Amino acid sequence: MAIINIKDVTKTYVLGEEVEVHALKGVNLSIKKGEFTSIIGSSGSGKSTLMHIMGLLDKPTSGGVWFLDKKVSSLDDDQLAGLRNEHIGFVFQSFNLLPRTTALENVALPLIYAGVEEKARLKKAKEKLEQVGLGDRLNHTSTQLSGGQQQRVAIARALVNSPDIVFADEPTGNLDSESGAEIMKLLRDLNKAGNTIILVTHEPDIAKGTKRTIELKDGQILKDTKNRTK
Amino acid sequence: MSGYNEILRLALSSIWRNKTRSVLTMLGVVIGVASVILLVSLGQGLQKFITDSFEDLGTNVVVILPGQVDLEQGIQGPPNFAGSKFTLRHVTEINNLGGPIDSAAASIELPAAVSYKGESKYTTIAGISSEYGSIRNLAVSKGRNITRSDVDLERKVVILGEGMVRDLFGATNPLGKQITLGEEKLTVVGVLEEIGGGNFRFDINNFVAIPITTSQRIFGDDSIQLITAKATSKEDIPHAITVLENYMSTQLEEEEYSVVDQGSLVSTINNILGVITTALGGIAAISLVVGGVGIMNIMLVSVTERTREIGLRKAVGAKPQNILVQFLIEATVLSGVGGLIGILIGAGGALILGKFLIETSVSFWSVALAFGVSAAVGIIFGVAPALRASKLDPIDALRYE
Repeated sequence: MAIINIKDVTKTYVLGEEVEVHALKGVNLSIKKGEFTSIIGSSGSGKSTLMHIMGLLDKPTSGGVWFLDKKVSSLDDDQLAGLRNEHIGFVFQSFNLLPRTTALENVALPLIYAGVEEKARLKKAKEKLEQVGLGDRLNHTSTQLSGGQQQRVAIARALVNSPDIVFADEPTGNLDSESGAEIMKLLRDLNKAGNTIILVTHEPDIAKGTKRTIELKDGQILKDTKNRTK
Repeated sequence: MSGYNEILRLALSSIWRNKTRSVLTMLGVVIGVASVILLVSLGQGLQKFITDSFEDLGTNVVVILPGQVDLEQGIQGPPNFAGSKFTLRHVTEINNLGGPIDSAAASIELPAAVSYKGESKYTTIAGISSEYGSIRNLAVSKGRNITRSDVDLERKVVILGEGMVRDLFGATNPLGKQITLGEEKLTVVGVLEEIGGGNFRFDINNFVAIPITTSQRIFGDDSIQLITAKATSKEDIPHAITVLENYMSTQLEEEEYSVVDQGSLVSTINNILGVITTALGGIAAISLVVGGVGIMNIMLVSVTERTREIGLRKAVGAKPQNILVQFLIEATVLSGVGGLIGILIGAGGALILGKFLIETSVSFWSVALAFGVSAAVGIIFGVAPALRASKLDPIDALRYE
């Protein structure tokens, strides 16, 4: 089953009166359950815009987006927030953990907006932190964690609502190569456990660690290749 | 969305995580609320003090002042004491009017020095008729009051307040001793009961009173300054005023006297004090608004500072309304808690002032008003920052550096 289907999607940003930037120029793409797909491209290729549209953070200028067979263009902001909350997890380059807040509370955050009771929330958050190997760091705040650990907390947060798909936007971009490799291994393990993951990166080496690579250039898909799994 | 409860906790923990800033933000509201309560309680204490003091001055009292005094329009200039055309004959005739008028007394006050064995004291000498003591509630602790025969016979007698006795005589019993006023020797026949606490009633403890006839002779002045009449009861005061007006109109020109109910004098003073209290409270309320602007300022900074946090919350599923409510609650809690602290400080300050200065009273309405205004300030000034936060685009917010 396709989690996301996009058809002829374009995205045009209007900057000033006569300056238009065509970030996406007609993209067709389908993401199926269990995929581990990387979107690669240089800066300005439209990969972030594509991720935002697939992650329901942004709407296309034209074309159709179906998320779990729902047509996204007919949904309002509150409904999109609800879909993100229930079905999508996000991991960002700069972690985006809340300051002066414990790992446990950071991970539990999405569940607050899902209306989950505090006890159940913390229990779930603890499970996810254990799953990413931070069972002994539950009450550390972000300043007390290394970059790699912070990204693990962010991954646990992305998983806490048992999402249908996880978007990771340059998850290793702010990490040294060793921590980066660990994070990639964690993402691969999560994929093996059944999670659908889309990874946005500009580094071909990182993209090689995924099962499928979509290369974007100037707002269009240049290549869509299956990687040999190692 | 389950529980505003949760959002309230979010707001509280966000305030708690930024303790220093939260306290500084609250400061404006704290000072505003505290000063409203303090100033209003001071003003009300002053009103109570003056009302009580006038009640000490005797009940059911109607005063006839020389000159035009119009209390409806505020006191228009001071009474024309120097041009007074009142005479003792008027007082005697008023005493004989009967009806609603219980009694009337004449009085005159002049500054002079009195001395006893080299101890000298500058004070106000009151010349009074014998009814004055009973109308004005002057009680003697030793000796006797000024009597009718003292007045009729122009006796050289004097009654003194306790403070005056202490200054002139020390521990010596003053009764029967003679004090000097100008070139006259006056025999002390009575000592007035001491009145405790601060009392603005012409400083009773330094009172020096002699028969009015004696004072007229000593100072060579036949006029009297003031006629103090007493109505038979509170209900009779309006009737008494009419009777006195009618009588005075047969004696003097309209502009030469004014009949004034002491109660209306009190209410006039209280009206003036009320206006002053309201003005003071209003000025203090301006600082509340300034405090509110401070909250708005900090909340706007906070929204900017937490742009990424807001973006993240939206990405993981917070609806615009969730964000709006969170920031609104933060602003309201800041101003509400600031208001509570302000109430404690204001009420505490009023209590402390009450111990040292004048009796203050913290009224329910000033507390309720100050708190209500501070909470409203939080909501009103919290709306703009909260709206800005709720409208942030999650993508822009996440990108924000």
